[in-house]
Amino acid sequence: MSPTVTTSSEANGNVSAATARAAASAASAAEASGPQSVTMAKALNTALADAMHADPSVLVFGEDVGQLGGVFRITDGLTRTFGEQRCFDTPLAESGIVGMAVGMAMNGMRPVVEMQFDAFAYPAFQQIVSHVAKMHNRTKGALKLPMVIRVPYAGGIGGVEHHCDSSESYYAHTAGLKVFTPATVADSYRMLREAIDSDDPVMFMEPKKLYWSKDMVDLEDLRSAHSANRKVGTSSEGRAAVARSGTDATLIAYGPSVPTALAAAAAAAEEGRSLEVIDVRSIVPFDDETVCASVRKTGRAVVIAEAHGFASVSSEIVARVQERCFHHLAAPIRRVTGFDVPYPAPKLEHYYLPGVDRILDAVDNLQWED
Amino acid sequence: MTISADHTAPGSAPGSAPDQAQPRPAENAVTEAVRKFGITVEDYMLPARHQIQMVDPEGRLLAEGEQGTEPGHEYPLPGDEELLAAYEQLVVGRRVNDQNSALVRQGRMAVYPSSHGQEACQVAAALCLAEGDWLFPTYRDAVAVMTRGVDPVQTMTIFRGDWHSGYDPAKHKVGIQCTPLTTQLLHAVGVAHAAKLRGEDTVVMAMCGDGATSEGDFHEALNFAAVFHLPVIFFVQNNKYAISVPLAHQSVAPSLAHKAVGYGMAGERVDGNDVVALLAVLDRAVALARGGSGPLLVEANTYRMQAHTNADDATRYRQDSEVAEWLAKDPVARMRTYLTGRGLLDDDGDSRIAAHAEAVATQLREGLGEDVPVDPQELFRHVFSEPTPQLKEQAAMLADELARDASSGEASK
Repeated sequence: MSPTVTTSSEANGNVSAATARAAASAASAAEASGPQSVTMAKALNTALADAMHADPSVLVFGEDVGQLGGVFRITDGLTRTFGEQRCFDTPLAESGIVGMAVGMAMNGMRPVVEMQFDAFAYPAFQQIVSHVAKMHNRTKGALKLPMVIRVPYAGGIGGVEHHCDSSESYYAHTAGLKVFTPATVADSYRMLREAIDSDDPVMFMEPKKLYWSKDMVDLEDLRSAHSANRKVGTSSEGRAAVARSGTDATLIAYGPSVPTALAAAAAAAEEGRSLEVIDVRSIVPFDDETVCASVRKTGRAVVIAEAHGFASVSSEIVARVQERCFHHLAAPIRRVTGFDVPYPAPKLEHYYLPGVDRILDAVDNLQWED
Repeated sequence: MTISADHTAPGSAPGSAPDQAQPRPAENAVTEAVRKFGITVEDYMLPARHQIQMVDPEGRLLAEGEQGTEPGHEYPLPGDEELLAAYEQLVVGRRVNDQNSALVRQGRMAVYPSSHGQEACQVAAALCLAEGDWLFPTYRDAVAVMTRGVDPVQTMTIFRGDWHSGYDPAKHKVGIQCTPLTTQLLHAVGVAHAAKLRGEDTVVMAMCGDGATSEGDFHEALNFAAVFHLPVIFFVQNNKYAISVPLAHQSVAPSLAHKAVGYGMAGERVDGNDVVALLAVLDRAVALARGGSGPLLVEANTYRMQAHTNADDATRYRQDSEVAEWLAKDPVARMRTYLTGRGLLDDDGDSRIAAHAEAVATQLREGLGEDVPVDPQELFRHVFSEPTPQLKEQAAMLADELARDASSGEASK
């Protein structure tokens, strides 16, 4: 279940070159039957290709996604396979990319666009907030806007500034956007397929430090399961997952923080403490049911996120859980988040990111003595 | 925007239908212009030295040599039937503008950004399109939306305040009236791009104003349309003011139409109060775009006769004398004089048209005077295709609140 993080947060100024090298080999790994060691990059790439095979209205475009296959190689081979009309490079303008996708979605297409990095998506903010999120509502449901905006986000890769923002709260705060963020290789396939199938616009937040994480998965099984689910209209959309079962306290995490939470739970187990880990997966819609069931069971919770804690997804989770689980709580809910500072330079990010020790400290402070 | 609309692409057999599924090279229109007229690429893309004007403010048809045309920038006079239809829509548009302003004063509409004085642009932008084409309007383009065939009351829903838009954009092929400036131009580009990928010959009319040309999305939309060689007409109504700020504070380009060359597309400027010239230029633009010329930029030189909206006071930033000068260039009166002089319009015809305009005004008064009950549960219905659990919770909370209000209201009776 837990992905193996193969990339450390070495200080490395040249994000693109490093990521390119690392993911190139991953994406070119041949597909065979049965469980294979697959990277998240390969699973996402396969999901895009499968969606394009399944539906000719699915288009992929953005910056460097064509010939190059994306700076993270997530779109590797798509132009070669599907042609320049289905997967293509655009001029370097993020508002243009998203705005054009809005028009295409209005006119029968299902665009999947890539924002090259989290902080490079901000020029598209106006289009996202004023049109992507609202078109269905403004037209009283007459128009649907089936489009996916893929955002490689968050840190932990030693990236220079503007390459490591956790921007999910901006989108989660905007009514009308679904916000998904996978943490495992299998989920990245499943959730991207579901995002593309969705008739609503989806912000698909990809934890870039997990692109090269590997897991044993059977892509053919995932593909068949997706087809089968579509036929009967079931989906795991909007559902959190129990990433590790436990009884003493619940760690609630999403995206890049899930492997960290799992590592913390493993360390706690050695000290005799049983921690449950919830992988939120879908920030919007939020799965109150799964999260609250866990907290009611354990009576203690820590929310973990890389983003700044102030006015964030993590603060929303704390608020929701205490509103719903107050009488089950043995201690105030704690948070381990990024500090309220601009994302630090590579040599300082280690101090900023939620780590195992900081999570265990928070767990220690959950009033066990009572 | 220069060459004949019926040109064939180099290499295609004369008389053979253009294959719309095959994108033509961007150079074709340019190559053709250079070959046919012996003009340079720059002369093809730059607007003619003067704006295109066919009927002067006094209603006289100008001699061909005085219309501002040049080799490669030539426009035939539109047919009589088209001109009469345009005049009828001009009269209706003017009546609608003035009726809506009155409804705002009476409190029946929240706000109305009037296109009084710009009706020729409104009408021409809609009439030049074919059935399958799309139009992307701004908040000031309600008359264009109606001229395109959207029900008048549905068109004005946005200003009445019971919902953001009252019509289905896909059904009418009209985008919803857009307030964030030039953001709709990119949607126009996307609609055109999707149509082109499917091999459809859709042309898209993308409207904005002079102030909007300062926005980043203006640049991105024109560049995307040019790079992807899409059949989009960017139609800029230069009405001289962005609320209070005059054009000189937005741009010091020789004209807004000159911006076209920077994107590798052709631009033209036209008298925006002369519906004859507007139709001539836009008809040609649509034909060119449909034939594979790529995008085009048309700047209409017009004037916003009234304040930005009823909430604005135009006397704080412009002189009455300037307004008076433009009053003399009125698009409706000019067209009436021209058509009457040509013998195409008589008193009977004019009365019939006036009666049509009055009928539309009555429809608006009655439709907008009606109190449409709003349903608070609608708040939650159109956020996503299916309401999320959280939205269902909030909908139930509001329903409960309203039920309690209703029962306490009953109790206090």
